[in-house]
Order: sequence, then C-alpha cells, then structure tokens
Amino acid sequence: MSAYSVNEPSGRQKWIAGTLVIAYALITMVPLVWIVATGFKSPADAISYPPKVLFEPTLEGYVNLFTTRTRQTEDYLAANPPQTWYEEIVRQYDMVIVGPSRYGERFLNSIIIGFGSTFLSIFLGVLAAYAFSRFRIPLKDDLLFFILSTRMMPPIAVAIPIFLMYRQLGLSDTHLGMILLYTAVNISLAVWLLKGFIDEIPREYEEAALIDGYTRFQAFYKVVLPQATTGIVATAIFCLIFSWNEYAFAVLLTSGTAQTAPPFIPTIIGVGGQDWPAVAAGATLFLLPVMIFTVALRKHLLRGITFGAVRK
Amino acid sequence: MTDTAIDKIAQRTPARVARKVRGLSDRAIAWLFVGPTIFLLLAINIFPLIWTIYLSFTNFRANRPNREVEWVGLRNYERILTDSDIWLNMQATAHFLFWTIFFQVLIGFALAYLINKKFRGNDLWTTIIVLPMMLSPAVVGNFWTFLYQPQIGLFNYIVAFFIGADPSSFEMIGSVTLAPWAIVIVDTWMWTPFVMLICLAGLRSIPDYIYEAAEIDRASKWRQFWTITVPMVLPFLMLAVLFRGIENFKMFDLVVQLTGGGPGSITELASINLKREAFEKWRTGYSSAYAIILFVTVFGLASIYVKALNKVKER
Amino acid sequence: MIKRALLMATAMSTAGLMGANAAQAEELTLCWAAWDPANALVELSKEFEAESGHTMNFEFVPWPNFADRMLNELNSGGKLCDLLIGDSQWIGGGAENGHYVKLNDFFDAEGISMDDFAPATVYAYSTWPKGSPNYYALPAMGDANGWFYRKDWFENEDIRAAYMEETGQELREPQSQMELMQIAKFFQEREIDGQTRYGVSIFTERGSEGITMGATGALYAWGFKYENEPGSYDMAGAVNSPEAVEALEFYKELYECCTPPGYTDAYMEQSLDAFKSGQVAMAMNWFAFFPGLYADPNTGGDKIDFFVNPPQNVAASTLGGQGISVVAYSDKQDAALEYIKWFAQPEVQAKWWELGGYSAHNSVLQGDGFEESAPFAGDFLVAMDGVQDFWQEPAYAELLLAMQKRLHDYIVADQGTAQEALDKLIEDWTEVFEDEGKL
Repeated sequence: MSAYSVNEPSGRQKWIAGTLVIAYALITMVPLVWIVATGFKSPADAISYPPKVLFEPTLEGYVNLFTTRTRQTEDYLAANPPQTWYEEIVRQYDMVIVGPSRYGERFLNSIIIGFGSTFLSIFLGVLAAYAFSRFRIPLKDDLLFFILSTRMMPPIAVAIPIFLMYRQLGLSDTHLGMILLYTAVNISLAVWLLKGFIDEIPREYEEAALIDGYTRFQAFYKVVLPQATTGIVATAIFCLIFSWNEYAFAVLLTSGTAQTAPPFIPTIIGVGGQDWPAVAAGATLFLLPVMIFTVALRKHLLRGITFGAVRK
Repeated sequence: MTDTAIDKIAQRTPARVARKVRGLSDRAIAWLFVGPTIFLLLAINIFPLIWTIYLSFTNFRANRPNREVEWVGLRNYERILTDSDIWLNMQATAHFLFWTIFFQVLIGFALAYLINKKFRGNDLWTTIIVLPMMLSPAVVGNFWTFLYQPQIGLFNYIVAFFIGADPSSFEMIGSVTLAPWAIVIVDTWMWTPFVMLICLAGLRSIPDYIYEAAEIDRASKWRQFWTITVPMVLPFLMLAVLFRGIENFKMFDLVVQLTGGGPGSITELASINLKREAFEKWRTGYSSAYAIILFVTVFGLASIYVKALNKVKER
Repeated sequence: MIKRALLMATAMSTAGLMGANAAQAEELTLCWAAWDPANALVELSKEFEAESGHTMNFEFVPWPNFADRMLNELNSGGKLCDLLIGDSQWIGGGAENGHYVKLNDFFDAEGISMDDFAPATVYAYSTWPKGSPNYYALPAMGDANGWFYRKDWFENEDIRAAYMEETGQELREPQSQMELMQIAKFFQEREIDGQTRYGVSIFTERGSEGITMGATGALYAWGFKYENEPGSYDMAGAVNSPEAVEALEFYKELYECCTPPGYTDAYMEQSLDAFKSGQVAMAMNWFAFFPGLYADPNTGGDKIDFFVNPPQNVAASTLGGQGISVVAYSDKQDAALEYIKWFAQPEVQAKWWELGGYSAHNSVLQGDGFEESAPFAGDFLVAMDGVQDFWQEPAYAELLLAMQKRLHDYIVADQGTAQEALDKLIEDWTEVFEDEGKL
C-alpha cells in the first residue's frame, strides 16, 4: 500500500466540496431552525410581518402546548392572583389555566407505540432473518419477495379492512392494535436489512460454538446476536423513524386513548387560528427523542444502509 | 448455497451427537423463527388484502352495517377507470412522483459525491443534513403551510427578497400553477437526505484499487467518473429511486396537511382521493376497487423496475 | 401467590359492584367542536356536576377535523363519547345507522316538549326523517351564517364621503348581496390608518365544509333549491337554475375581487383572524362567534356591528348549529340522558345564552328583552327565521364532498364555468342517490 492514494482528493477539492455541502446544510436547516425559534416566540411575534428574526424569547408556546386555558372575567382574575410563572404568562391575555392539554398523553402514546413496535419488529425480524440466512427454507426466495412486497401497499388500501377487522376484534384505538400494525409494516424492512447483516457474519463462529456443545439457540443467542449489534441498531433507527412519525393509520384507527402525537400536533389551535408557537413547540419536543436516538447511534446508520441495502 | 456448513458438519457427526448438538432440529427452529413473522404478515397484510379484493366486487359501505351487501361484479372497477376526475388525480400523482424523484436524485447524488471528498467535519454536516427526514411528515406539512403564507411566511419573504417582488404577490399553496411545485419543494427538502445516504453507501462501497488501476491507465478524472463512479453507484441509486417511488406513490400525510389536495383538486394525489372515498364518503366497495388498482399499479411498476435493477447489478 | 390472587379477586368484584351502582356517579364524556361556545358549555356544566354528582369530561375537536374524527368514531362503534353535539347534517346517518339513541320515549317520560323549542331548530337538529316527530337530538345550539363589519370605518366621515363620491350612495349595512360586493370593492386595497385593507373574508376552505357553507349563503339568497319537489330528488333545473349559476358567479367574483391575498383555504378561524387583525372591512362567520367578536379588545365593542345575510331574490341564511344526542354505543346512557334532561330546563337555557351559547328554547328567544340583550340578538332571530340547510341525508358526507370539490374547482382553482360546476354536481349527486336506491 503506497502512502499516497490516488483517490485522496486534493486540498482544493475538499475545500470546494466542504463549502457546497455546508451551504446546502445551512439552507436545509432554515425551516428547522424556524420551527425551533417559533416555539419560543409569542403568538404576535410568530405572525408578524415581515417575519421576525430577532425576538424576545418566551415560553408561551410551551405553556400553551401543555395546558388548556379559558377566558375569565376581570372580577375573577382580580380575586385570584396568579401563583406560578406559567400562570402569569397566561394572564397577559385575561385567561386562566383550566387543566393540562392532551399533548402529554399523546406523547406518551407515541413512546409506547413507537418503541413497542420497534422492539417487536426487531425481535421478530432478527429471528426471521437468522432463519432465512442460515437454514434451508422451502420457497425461500418467494417468501422473501412476499415479505418485501407487503410494503408496496398504500396504507389507505389496507386501512379499510384493517379498520373493519379491528372494529370486530376491539383493537380499534388500542395500543396493542397500533403496535401490531406498525410491526407488520416495519417487519419487511427489518427482515431484509437484518438478513444482510447476518449473512455477513461468518458461519465458522457458530460452527465452532456448536462443536463446543452449544445448542442452536445458545449459538444464536451468544454468538450471532452480539455480532449483529450494528445491524440491529441501524434497523431499529429506521423502524423507529417510521413508527414514531406515522400519520395515516394513526388518524384513521385511533381517536381517544391510543392516538399518537403526529395527528394531534396539527390540530393545536389557539385564539383565532392555529397556535403556531405551540405547534412549533410540540414539533420540537417531538423531534428530540428520535434525533437523540439517531445522533447517538449515527455511526451505525450509514453502515446499516451499506450492508442492508444492496446485497446480492 | 444448498449444502450449508452446518449440514456438512452434521453429516460427519454421529446421529446421536448431532441431535445433542442441534437441540431442536434445524427445520423446527427455522419454522419457529420465521413463523411469527409470516403469521403477522398474513393476519395484518394478506388477510386484509384478500378481504379488500372481495369488497371491491361489492357495494358494501362500512358506515351502513344494516344495509344489504350486493355483489356488483366489475362495476366498481369500470366506474373508476372511466372517471375522468380520477385520471386527473393520477396525473397529479405522476407529476409529484417524477419531479420529487428527479430533484432528490440530482441533489442527493451531488451531496453524497461531495461528502465523499471527506473534507473535515463531513460527519457532522452529514448528520445535520439528515435531520429533516426524522420529522413527522404530517407535522412538516402542517408547519410548511405557515412558511408558505403569503404575508407572514418565511418562504415567501426569502424568495421575494431575492427576486425583488412583494412577498404577498404570490401564493405557493393557493395558486393553481404553484401548488404542485409547493409540494415538490417540501418533499424534496425532507427526503433528499435519504437518497444521499444510500448514494453515500454506494460511493463508499467502491474499492480504491479500481481508481488506482484507472489512474495507471491514465484515464481522466471525468472519464473515471463516468466509467467507474456512476456505474458502481447506479444500483444504489436505483434502489433509492425504488424506495422513494413506492413511498411517494403512497404519499398521503405530508400533502394532505400541506394543501389538503387543493386548490380545487390540483394537488389531490391518488392516496388523498382514496382516503376521501374510503373514510369520508364511506364507499367501501368502490374505494376497495380503487385501492386494488393502485396496489396493482405500484406492484407492477415495482416488479418491472426490480428486474431492471437486477440486470444492472449483474453487470 | 394465593394471597395476591385473592386480592385480585376482591378488587375485581368490588369493581363489578361499582359498575352495578353506576347510576350514582359516572364519568361522562361530551364531544363537540373546539370553539368559543364549547368553553361556555364547560362553565355551564359545572352546575350539572354539582347537582348530579357525575363528572363531566370534554373532548373538543378543532372544526377542520371535527366531522372526520367524530363520524369515524361513530362508524367504528367507539365509546369515546357518551354525549355528542353533532352537526345538523349528521342526523340522518346518526338515526339510520343506529349511532344515536331515539329520544321520543325519554322526552315523553320526562315531560320535555319539542314545542318549547324554536320550530326551525327542532326541524333541523332533531328530526329524522325530516319533519317527522322522531327525535334523535335536543336542539343545543342555534346557529346561522351571518356577517359583521367595522362599524368605526362605516361611520368615519372621510370614508363615507369617499364612498359617496365613488358610488353615489350612502355607506350602510348592505341590503343586498350586490351592495355587499360594491362595498367590498370599495374597501379592497384601500389605505386606512396607514395600512392596506381588504373588502371581505369569506369561506373558501376545501377540506371539510367551508366553501359550501360560504357559497350557499349566496345561492340561497338567489333562491337556490336542492330539488324541484321536496323529497323527489329531482335536481335538474333546480340545482343548476339560472339563478344558481348567477349566485355562484357572484361568489366567485366576490372571492376574486375582494378577499385578502392568501385566503384560498379559509374557514372560521381564518375569517376571524382576518377581521381581528384589521385586514378586512367585512367578514362572514357563524353567529356562535359573535359574542367573542363583540368582546374582542381590539376590534370589538363599538368598532363592530352585525348584519344578517343580505337577500338578493329572497331572504335566506345558511344554517349552522347542532343538537345534542346520546351515543348508542355508550355504556352510560342513563347518566347521559340525565344531562339532557338537565340541559333542557328553561333556567339552564337562560344561563346558556348568558354565557355565550345560542339557546333554541322559546322561553329564552321569546323572553322579555332578548333582542336588546346583545347587539346581534335581533339579527339572530331574523336569521333563524329564514335558515336553509344542506342535505341531511345519511349520505350527506358524499353529497358534501362532491359539492366541496365542484365549488373549489370552479371558484378557487378557476376551472370551467359555474354552469359546468353545477351540472357536474347534479351528476355526482345523482350517482349518490342512485347508489342509495333513492333514484
């Protein structure tokens, strides 16, 4: 191996590439930054013309996101001075906090359903991928294509019978129903990605373990799984991004108890029109878990695509 | 492929030992492992699909449990395929599909190519670029209605600043000519990173020695790009197109929040129209036929495409 | 283990007992749209909680999602709502598909008489088939589409003089639809107090019912009818009559000449927004919002006044409003009925009006001083005298979606002519009624 690689770009090339990429990144960040910034604006600042870049930050959006409020008479307001900082914010508009909003519940539902279905997809996906990778299964290629093809269905297309079926089984608007549904959607991707990873793990490791007296289960559990961590993590990221953000099924099949945040956030309204600071605050908080998850595990993400995407 | 190493070992080992080695038989384990997945898919994908096919030949309405269900044969299909409004929905879908894929491939590949120059901090910037695709499409669509507002929206303001017009002189989602582009812009903003990631994976899979060999042959950089880089990345790129194509054919959440299909029916994509038929008009039989037509279309196009993809990969 | 099992069993049987004594204290959920009157209802319901011992929960859904979400809930047999204040057009489906409990026996047993409520509201909110004495709801909230304007601008001498010069007429509350457009054109892009103002904000929303509710205001005023003979489903010549075409062309011109930029998908909230931010001289909206508008610190009080939808060929307004129904899937129907019984009392109805709800009870509407009790109270009575509603058929959603599409295609997306839009609408509707077996 020579010290100089012909493939190594020159300094100038790097500089140009870096500038262009950073320029794109900055442009693509503008809407995101605007979402985060709007969350800290007052409603008046949020809809000012021209749009305000500099503004006095306030937590109004977040207070509105988590509370329901109602207008009150002057007598009532005078008789009940505000007790907390967030009540004071609300009082500017002659309003009082009457209770929590539904955002907390919706967010919790998202966590239960998002992580629940991700876990289940990975669990089932690893098992199936391992079997497809290691065993002779009749009609293996057909089965694999079948699994992939289930992803081509428009959600609305299967939503009709699923709606009917869930109505019969009492699974409408339940956490379990949504977890199973998202798992069914995710599992095709999970099996395909994970099979790619497990194919990469040399069989010799397991063979050695089997000769050492491990059973198949033990070999799978103690040898294969630890080797497949990267693949599992990458697959989990993709599954989570989907089930965390899914909208069509959520809006059609849930209403009260099991509704997740994506159908809820666009319906946050304030006095006279959509409450943009609260919507932005809701969107920001909702992005955080996935973002942290992805950024923390970003090394695996790219590898995940490399291995899973194109394997012959 | 047929004779796995495990089988070879098994053949060499005495039967008694083999049984102990394996615990459960491989076949049993295989079915145990694959079974739940197949069962889940059968229950939540295939069974509903078959049911949809059945319903598509009836006049069933999910909101009228008491009404008698009649078998109507192919009438639902006939009505859909001869409905000129539905062809307009299909055109809107095709426009959206073509241009989103066009821009995403163009920008996504360019970005991946540049990032692969491995300038300092490319990891960090890659992570930043990837952020939009982690947002919920429905929330993105909703928030962009705000960005697109003619007077208070940031988008109009920035564009107006550069072209020197009045920000409220154009409406991205209210105008018949601009609305189809408004949805293309948002989808491109959100999903270009996805295409970029897959292209990047492709670029990184090209071994250095190929370029080195080309260098020895004195091939120009331009030639190297077209004879090595592009063909090697092509399978990846085609895969990205497949994924985005399937996703955008099904597109519902982002656009329904952004334009609701308007103005008029200019941006009413097939999925949005389908949702209206199925869950607002509750014409279950009719919309089942519609769903089947859409599914067959995606499935057919995807199958042809996958064949082409496999050919490219074989080269 | 055994101990735990025993505990479980005890807990479960206690729970069962609680269930048996359900009449004592229930948690009821009332579903409605999220808007000003809903907050008033929360306030009003506190008395019910105190009297009955039941607790009230509320599920308020924003208007754009309200129909979608609630009809989905009913169609899936959901138990989210015990009480539902559903839109007037849902009554046909609610009755025929068994979503709503029929209230006749209950009314008889409790001595609640529908004669105590304004006839137009009983007809629109409670009965199915229309006009028959079969009740599926109690009129809860009377409503119609009305208008409001900047009184301070209309009274401003300079503006009046300018209007006189331009049109040769006095600036006044419009007496006809055409006069409304003339005034709107006058205000369009006029500078007042250093800001550009616009004529009117009207409903143009595509997704739910907005543009239909707005445009029917013009259609009804021109004498639009759904059928040649009521109940015949014979629509050709009625729906696409020359008057209807003229009215639709009028609404399109009003949209094009006189609305603020960007109001291509505007419904209640956007209309309020445009008015409250001082962008428009006039706006249409439901009477339900008028108390809030009147109380607004910036554009309310003596800066605002109200008028009924102006006539053109006839006097007519688009009906809004809702009745309150008991959901058939609820396990707590007895407690829910108790709520309705409480709500129907004249004293409660009086308080309801006071808090900002529009009572439909005769004792309130015909009570002394009702017309003076609010600046829009008299207008409300006039409007409710001439209300017309959309189809209330079980297939109403299909009929509405077809009209939304045809109107938005023509008015906002500028495709085809008014005649074509209405002709296509008849085709759509005919198809629906054929599917229904009614044609």
